[in-house]
Amino acid sequence: MIPFISKRLFVALCVCLTVSALSFALMFLSGDPAIAIAGSGGRAEDAEAIRIAYGFDRPIVVQYFDWVGSALVGNLGQSIYFNVPVTEIIGNRVGVTLTLGFISFFVALVVAIPLGIAAALRPNGWIDRIALVIAVSGQAIPSFWLGLMSIVVFGVWYGWVPISGAASWQGYILPVIVLSYYAVPELMRITRSGMIEVLGTDYIRAAKAKGLPMRLVISRHALRNAVLPLVSLAAVQLGQLLSGSIVIESVFALNGLGRLAWESLLRSDLPVVQAIILILALLYVLLTTLADILNAVLDPRLRGAS
Amino acid sequence: MKKLSSKQLLSGLAALATGTALMMGSPVLADKASNTLNVAFAAEPEPLDTYKIAGRQGLILARHIYDGLLYKNLDTGEIVPALAESWEFTGPLTMEFTLRQGVKFHNGADFTADDVVTTLNTVITPEYGTRYSISVDWIESVEKLDDYKVRINMSKPFAGAVEMLADALPMYPHAFFSENGSAGMAATPIGTGPYKLVSQEAGIRYDMELFEGHYEGSPKGGATIDKIVVRTMPEMNTQFAELMSGDLDWIWRIPPDQASRLEGRVQIVSAPIMRIGYVGFAPEALAGDSPVADKRVRQALIHATNRGAIVDAFAGGASKVLNTPCNPAQFGCEQDVAKYEYSPEKARALLAEAGYADGFELEMVFAAMPRPTAEAVAADLAKVGVTLVLNEQQYSAGIGKWRAKELPAFFSNWGSYGIGDTAFILSNFFGGGADDLVQDTDLAKWLGEADTASDRDVRAENYSMAVKKIADEAYWMPMYNFNVNYGLSSELNFTPHPDEFARWWMASWK
Repeated sequence: MIPFISKRLFVALCVCLTVSALSFALMFLSGDPAIAIAGSGGRAEDAEAIRIAYGFDRPIVVQYFDWVGSALVGNLGQSIYFNVPVTEIIGNRVGVTLTLGFISFFVALVVAIPLGIAAALRPNGWIDRIALVIAVSGQAIPSFWLGLMSIVVFGVWYGWVPISGAASWQGYILPVIVLSYYAVPELMRITRSGMIEVLGTDYIRAAKAKGLPMRLVISRHALRNAVLPLVSLAAVQLGQLLSGSIVIESVFALNGLGRLAWESLLRSDLPVVQAIILILALLYVLLTTLADILNAVLDPRLRGAS
Repeated sequence: MKKLSSKQLLSGLAALATGTALMMGSPVLADKASNTLNVAFAAEPEPLDTYKIAGRQGLILARHIYDGLLYKNLDTGEIVPALAESWEFTGPLTMEFTLRQGVKFHNGADFTADDVVTTLNTVITPEYGTRYSISVDWIESVEKLDDYKVRINMSKPFAGAVEMLADALPMYPHAFFSENGSAGMAATPIGTGPYKLVSQEAGIRYDMELFEGHYEGSPKGGATIDKIVVRTMPEMNTQFAELMSGDLDWIWRIPPDQASRLEGRVQIVSAPIMRIGYVGFAPEALAGDSPVADKRVRQALIHATNRGAIVDAFAGGASKVLNTPCNPAQFGCEQDVAKYEYSPEKARALLAEAGYADGFELEMVFAAMPRPTAEAVAADLAKVGVTLVLNEQQYSAGIGKWRAKELPAFFSNWGSYGIGDTAFILSNFFGGGADDLVQDTDLAKWLGEADTASDRDVRAENYSMAVKKIADEAYWMPMYNFNVNYGLSSELNFTPHPDEFARWWMASWK
């Protein structure tokens, strides 16, 4: 188990370094950051002053290693736009994203797994049909549209929930529903297909034959085997919910990390962009590593394979 | 199948969503009862140290909190006293100000000469990093003559000096400012303005309250709204929903097509602003080896573009086709200039004369302009055989390419910092600096004269010559002046101004 984990961690480190180097290079490809910071009314002189003040006149490789050096000792720098430490800005916004992401993930699991199991027990039955409709529409409807429509219906017409903002817990109701709606289809379909496959195996037939109640057959024998691909997918889904909620954050005016990343990109606030990318890369790596470890725990066969 | 970009999809479906909302609608309730003005911006305001702000959002907030020495009444064009009671030029490069007595800062401190001296002497140092050097680089130093008298020594003649002192250079309390610096001002903005900031979540939410102790005789006096709450809401459709449901009272920069849909449901006001759209041609680019180095080609390109149709289709509202490289509302923007009407025939004749009867290919980058306008220009030029290679870029990337002299044509816009004086647009592009890819010595000379002379007639005369020559030579294809659509609660009185500074202290409930 130890070599398995350490190997995983080494890969994780490589991924983070590659991601940060790539994102650093991309920021410079998209235009001169000094001019972007000077703004649309900035003259050449203003951009020049900024270039020197922030050290953009140095070779990009030097700037990158400078950043890596500080990041390694925990210093993510100052935001150019807000003029305060990056950690402070991210600290202010990460809560919204984490709350939204984890609640949506939980809701998605609670809906998807039972629905997937029910669908697998009676393939092509009415529950399966309804689940299919949910899956297809969930993948076909763009999230901002669903978000806006839910605002119009529940916020404007009925006035049941706040239209935007995270001032109260009610502000999370619509965003969580909309965001989790997009995680449900994949989780549900993979539960369903895994269950159908497992339910057709000999050991399930044997379990049924020896007279075990269906409830135990499902929970003790079928689900544990069917859940393996679900764990891997769920890790990626959680990563997406945490890093990809930018559209939902924009529509519902929630000030989370996704929106901060987007806005910072537009105003060339390099330190903020780099820090967010690093955090998200770490998060993904952490989640997939956790999923691998969890799978190894659930299925002893995987421990040797790695 | 052509894949739709997410932006196209977004706007299409968003329009559908809004359309549905409009059909059903809901009663609009303003926040008149609590006397609170609820405002939303799509972009995050910058930290509230005026000297470091580039975006309008932050500047609007700052102008409610801070005051300048002078103030410009845009309705009359007059410069009026604010924190300074009176002022005079005591020499070609010296100005003296008598300060108003009895003015209090939000923290209770008295406003005196020390505040002016400390504020200005700090922000003119290069280390301070004032965002727009043009705003302060004309100040050499500021001296205290007595507690209520200061002298500004200018480093060079600058005709925009008085304009700059009119609310663009705010006064900070000297004790607090010298102790806490720019970051401190941003965290705890303290001014003398009509509103004080009571709380902020930087970039997200700002709560302001009427400042009871705002000085008597202020040009920003007479505010009647008690509280102003400003929130950042990036998605316009969400803003529309909140405006219609009565949770918002003031939004702006509504795209023209959306504005016409909202009309009737909420109050929509369209107002012209200083910002103008233009296509700049760079005779100097590509080592002078591009078709636009030929005056006839530049004239042909303007004749070939149906600017009137483009303005009607995509700008709407208060926008008009321009013939000058400046806004007609700006001082010195001569309007008696060469005009190039839409005429593909003339364009073809001029191109043939220049040896381009078979047309040519030309790269044009557009930045911060709606894609349809750029595509319309390209479609018009295609009719006279010119193939425009369109390239949409961020403004920073586009202007970077322009400064590197790699771009023969650049389609963008310029806001002149919202100031009604030609000095704030022409000199940057034709005064011989890094953005000047025309390098016309006549223009640089006239503009130098016009920017520094203190006599208004001399200035007007020189600007007039420059504007005429730019039109004759067709260095620019001026497109149109921008307009801004405001969405207001039906119970709100609000007058927009062309400098894009919302003056909420003048707003009231009906």
